[in-house]
Amino acid sequence: MKSFGLDRRKLLGRALALGALGSLSGCDFDHPNHPDLADRFLRAMSDWNDEVQAALFDPRTLAPTFKPSQITRPPRFNAFYDISQAPQVDAATWRLALTGRIGDKRPWRIGQLRAMPRESQITRLICVEGWRVVGQWSGVPLHHFLRKVNADLRARYVSIHCADGYFSSIDMASALHPQTILALDFLGAPLTAPFGAPLRLRIPTKLGFKNPKSIVALGVTNTYPGGYWENQGYNWFSGS
Amino acid sequence: MAKRVPIHPLPLRIMHWLNAIAIVVLIGSGWEIYDASPFLPFTFPQWMTIGQWLGGAIAWHLAAIWLLMLNGLFYLGWGIASGHFRRKFLPLSPRAVLRDTAAALRFRLPHEVGVYNAVQRLLYLGVIALGILAVLSGLAVWKPVQLWWLSDLFGGFFISRVVHFCAMTGIVLFIAVHVLLVALVPRVLPAMITGGRLPEPDGREVRP
Repeated sequence: MKSFGLDRRKLLGRALALGALGSLSGCDFDHPNHPDLADRFLRAMSDWNDEVQAALFDPRTLAPTFKPSQITRPPRFNAFYDISQAPQVDAATWRLALTGRIGDKRPWRIGQLRAMPRESQITRLICVEGWRVVGQWSGVPLHHFLRKVNADLRARYVSIHCADGYFSSIDMASALHPQTILALDFLGAPLTAPFGAPLRLRIPTKLGFKNPKSIVALGVTNTYPGGYWENQGYNWFSGS
Repeated sequence: MAKRVPIHPLPLRIMHWLNAIAIVVLIGSGWEIYDASPFLPFTFPQWMTIGQWLGGAIAWHLAAIWLLMLNGLFYLGWGIASGHFRRKFLPLSPRAVLRDTAAALRFRLPHEVGVYNAVQRLLYLGVIALGILAVLSGLAVWKPVQLWWLSDLFGGFFISRVVHFCAMTGIVLFIAVHVLLVALVPRVLPAMITGGRLPEPDGREVRP
C-alpha cells in the first residue's frame, strides 16, 4: 500500500479547510500498512492517474532527441545514497536473472548482451524533482530482449531489481516502446558504477526514478510489483 | 412577497468554494514541488506547503487538479450558457478600466451590490485566463513527451515550468487583492455563502 508520509497535526489544520477530509482516525501515518483516509484518497487518485497516463501513452510518440553538443557535462549523479555508496558490480561474475512469465529463464552474462543489436539515443532524463539532464545511452532495445527470451508480451508488468536493493516496475506498453533500452554504454563508454554498471534501464518516456541502475533481475508478471519510491507514494506510471 | 433574487446564484457559490479548495491545495502542494528543484534563489518555507514531502505534494497536486479542471469546465460552460459572463463581465473598455482604477486608488469606487466595476471585470477575466494558462503549462510540464506539441508551444520543458510558476504568481496576487477587498468590505462575504439578496427595485438594499 502506498503511503504519503503525512503528518497528522499538520494535516488536521488543513483538513479544516478541506472539510471532507476532516474525519482523521487514530491511524499511524508512519505505517504504510495502516493508511488513513487521506492516504486512501490520494492512493485512489494516483491509481486513477495511472489509468489516465496509460490511455494517454501513444507507443508511436517518441521522446525528443538532442544534438551531441547538448549533452549535459559533467553528468549528474542521483540516487537515494551518496555517489561513494554506488554498488560495485563485478561484470565478470554478474548475471542477469530472469523471473516470471518468461519462456527461457537462463541467466544472461554481460558478453551475451553486448553481442545483441544496439540502439543509441541522446535523450533527456527528467527527474521527478523537476531538473533535467541530456545524456547519450546505447544498449539493447527491451522489446528485442523480451522477444528473445520468449517473454509473455501480454503480461501487465516488467519488474526490475537492482544490486543496491532498489527496485521498480513499468507497464508492458512502455516496456515495448522503441526507445526503452537495456543500456550498456553511457556517453560512448561502458556504464560506470555511479551511472548503473553494468546494466541499467533507460526509458525516456518516464521520469528518472523509473530508470533503475545496476540491474540484477528482470521479471515479467501480472502481479503489481510496485517499486522503491512508488511504495512510498510516488505515482507508479510516472510517464513523461 | 417578491421573488428573492440572490446576488450570487447557487451554482456559482458552489463552484466558487470548490475552486477555493482546489486552488489552495494546488498552490500549497505546488510550492512543495517547486522546493524540490527551485529555479529562483528562494524556496517556500515548509509550513506554507502541503504534502510534507515531494511524493505527498505530487499526490495532492495531481488529485486536486481534477477538482480544479472539472469545476472549471462546469464554470466556463455555465458562465457562457447562462449569460453570466456576458451580463457581468461585458462591456469592458480600457477607458472604463482607467476611470475605475483611478477611483479605486483614491478609495472613491463604491461597492455596487450585484454589479462588477471595470476593475473587477478585468481582474476576474484576467484570473480566469491565468487559470487556463496554469492548467495548460502544467500539462506541458506533466507530459513533455506525450503532449510534445503543448511543450513546444511553451518553448520546452523548462520554460513550461517558468510559465506555470508565473501563472501561479499571478493567481496568488489576485487572491491577495481579492481577500484584502473582502476584509475591507466584509458584508460581501455572507452573500457568497447564503446567496444574499439583490436590492429592491426602489433602490433600498435589503440585507440578508
